[in-house]
Amino acid sequence: MLKKLFVCFVALGFAGVVGFGALAWRSPIALISPPSPQSFAPEVVAKGEVLAAGGYCAECHTVKGGQTFAGGYGMGTPFGVLYSTNITPDPETGIGLWSEAAFARAMHEGVARDGSHLFPGFPFDHFTKLSDDDVKALYAYFMTRPPVRAPALTNTIPFPFSIRAFQAGWKILFFRPGRFERVAGKSEEWNRGAYLALGLSHCGACHTPRNLLGAEKAGDAYAGAVVDNWTAPPLTAANPAPAPWTQQELESYLRNGVSVLHGTAAGPMSPVVHGLSALPDADVRALAVYFADLDHAADRSLSANSEVARAMSYARLGTGQEFDADARLYTAACASCHYNSGHAPLAARPDLSLNSALNLPDPTNLIQVVLRGVSAEEGLPGVVMPAFERALSDSEIARIATYLRRTRTNLPPWPDVEAQVAAMRRQISASQ
Amino acid sequence: MTSFQINGRAVTVDVEDDTPLLWVIRDIIGLTGTKFGCGIGMCGACTVHVGGRPTRSCITPLRYVAGTEITTIEGLSAAGEHALQKAWIDLQVPQCGYCQAGQIMQAACLLKDFPTPSDQDIDAVMTGNLCRCMTYVRIRKAIKQAAAELRKVADNG
Repeated sequence: MLKKLFVCFVALGFAGVVGFGALAWRSPIALISPPSPQSFAPEVVAKGEVLAAGGYCAECHTVKGGQTFAGGYGMGTPFGVLYSTNITPDPETGIGLWSEAAFARAMHEGVARDGSHLFPGFPFDHFTKLSDDDVKALYAYFMTRPPVRAPALTNTIPFPFSIRAFQAGWKILFFRPGRFERVAGKSEEWNRGAYLALGLSHCGACHTPRNLLGAEKAGDAYAGAVVDNWTAPPLTAANPAPAPWTQQELESYLRNGVSVLHGTAAGPMSPVVHGLSALPDADVRALAVYFADLDHAADRSLSANSEVARAMSYARLGTGQEFDADARLYTAACASCHYNSGHAPLAARPDLSLNSALNLPDPTNLIQVVLRGVSAEEGLPGVVMPAFERALSDSEIARIATYLRRTRTNLPPWPDVEAQVAAMRRQISASQ
Repeated sequence: MTSFQINGRAVTVDVEDDTPLLWVIRDIIGLTGTKFGCGIGMCGACTVHVGGRPTRSCITPLRYVAGTEITTIEGLSAAGEHALQKAWIDLQVPQCGYCQAGQIMQAACLLKDFPTPSDQDIDAVMTGNLCRCMTYVRIRKAIKQAAAELRKVADNG
């Protein structure tokens, strides 16, 4: 009896391995001789260039100080560091010998030309929604870039996560391949916005929380997540910014990197604004229409005026003869640029009480911005915020953050702010 | 190499990109109207405009200003005739004068944002600019005089 059972188990195990192997198996796609750049129609290449910007391809496929699209950027994941690869058309180290079919399979199914499964650090779970025409244009664009010789770096993902075949299991659990499907009953504009958000611009990659295996939680789309030591706030009605993200606010923020009632894009959001700048106004408006619908801005639009009035009522705090040392610190370090008066804030004076950084459950984004400042490339173009990293101590930054939270929101105080400042300072020094 | 415009002139400097902007302005470009005060962005003496906004240049890394347009006290007005500069002279605002370039640059932006500044507006925006000679009362007066002058110009079209 035991022997029979054992044989059964072995047989089942063997069948399982063979079955999984068959499931995981993807055939290599034959190498091609490199197509000449002239073989691609210029208008298709131009379209691909816009798409590559809107998908921020260069952001992950370029290492700091390195050549564009040559890869080597290390993406920190809970499993280890994943290095991006060279997507220039270099025949040996890039994708120069990849056919369009191989490129399309990578985009749509997350499988490399040689048949190996790609890790989902590459957001194929979003790119699968891209239309065939858009993928074609992206291929044309990358194949006409200057080839750069840059061999792939070795990932530090430990065994057994490093086994690429296991990604087939991950895909069975979490990956739903398929092109974008229009949602009936929604406008053309909404659907265009959804296509961009879900596919090309892969907003969920940062704004949707991930499960223990690194997959976006399907039921928690855009619920907010931590990314690169910043908080990507929720894009749903749960967004804590006091004034609702209306279509107008979203459009201004995504187009210009700044909106009057929500401040400037900074940190990992700044390359997003840069990328989207290549897209036509209509596409950015479509994204705004889509997200304004998701966050139910229309239902909350009436609250905007009272929230702005509340924010403006804080204006006098810290401006007079106050003996609160924290208020004095805030006024000396911050108010010259962040003070507002009158009925509404000015776009060039990001109002801190309305900013999501002050209203999120943790002070990460506020501390990041104070330490790093905002370069001219980020947020409002051509304008900077200095970096207070070498100017203020951990305790001073913590005091300012705590003071602002205490006086400009009705939310509970943040715990251990000073320790968080210290930790973030260490992390910034390590990254420089 | 970092390039930007300063007072309408294109410059390119070749120093480490985390060098404070103030050092570049004073020591490399040679514009010494902007002063070094505290070095930690808490006194305002080093205030210049970056993209038209007042910025503490002592804690602004050079790489942050690549491609921007910077204005220092030397470039606020070609002939030194900005309404604030005229009011400053008229009311004899400075005593030792060390902080005054920063005060005027900060005030210039204050008037852009709040053309009719209240005492509260002035206190909030100007508190970050220290004056150890305590000329604050004259600074406030000069700001109001300049604001009135600018409004008059605006009214006369």
